Amino acid sequence: MSEQHDLGLDSDATGPLVRPYVMTQGRQRGDAVQLDMISVVIAARAEVDEMALEPEQVRILQLCRRAQSVAEVSAHLDVPVAVVKVLLGDLIGRGYVLARAPYTTQSPVSRDILQAVLDGIQRL
Amino acid sequence: MASNDSERADDRIPAAIKILIAGGFGAGKTTLVGAVSEIAPLSTEEVMTEASMGVDDLSGVEAKTTTTVALDFGRISINDDLVLYLFGTPGQERFWFMWEELALGALGAVVLADTRRLETCFPSVDFFERRGVPFVVAVNCFEGAHHYTEGEVREALSLADRVPVLLCDARRRESDKAVLLALVRHVAESMATPV
Repeated sequence: MSEQHDLGLDSDATGPLVRPYVMTQGRQRGDAVQLDMISVVIAARAEVDEMALEPEQVRILQLCRRAQSVAEVSAHLDVPVAVVKVLLGDLIGRGYVLARAPYTTQSPVSRDILQAVLDGIQRL
Repeated sequence: MASNDSERADDRIPAAIKILIAGGFGAGKTTLVGAVSEIAPLSTEEVMTEASMGVDDLSGVEAKTTTTVALDFGRISINDDLVLYLFGTPGQERFWFMWEELALGALGAVVLADTRRLETCFPSVDFFERRGVPFVVAVNCFEGAHHYTEGEVREALSLADRVPVLLCDARRRESDKAVLLALVRHVAESMATPV
């Protein structure tokens, strides 16, 4: 919207800008959470009121005790990515899950990141 | 354990980056992913809805079809703050709409070429060239298959000189590592000299 004007980017050409961090606690409308297939998610709290959640969401929270991507949650649950995104979006909106958006070429990757990737592959 | 709502997400959550592994059906995409991934390759499904037009006469009823696309992927933890995902792209042309989302934000791509059916990687090469996604071509040398030289592959695919071409054996981790390293170095060069 208007706060993006000063970024100097043509949003028609670059597509919607992905916020670097998708925060919780209503700072973003639940519906507006933009999850990517490789957004990394993690459970935000130790205590969970399981009665207030769908069974799939309880399973998602169990999986999310360890940080992992939306795609991994989808694969482990055997639920399509699109569905997992909706369930996770709800959990993020309610403050149960934190998410971090991926690096994208819209936010150019730094030399440090490239060097880290090179080192990481070399160590395999 | 008390939760700390003010905790910043980036203190605890690694960011992810992705590399695409493309190529025709049977070129060895899943083999490559499996050889370098720290987890057994996972498979996920994306359900896509497409408007189907001009196929059936439905007298003005807007028909939609859903297509399920399976994606295989693996993971390499780079450090505490960074995870690399490798996605095998669906081989069939009719899933190109899926590639658009997959290609968005990708660091780069490996196009695996099968020397028995070199033409099956043409669509991948075209796609990444048009999208400006940096890529390398890795010729998966199957046993018993005709071995082309790097130059022959480059000529057959009409590749620009700057696109690296490597010969590899997708089953071998060391060989796949060399391919991925070549890609990341190529990405670094592409950034240094924007086309």
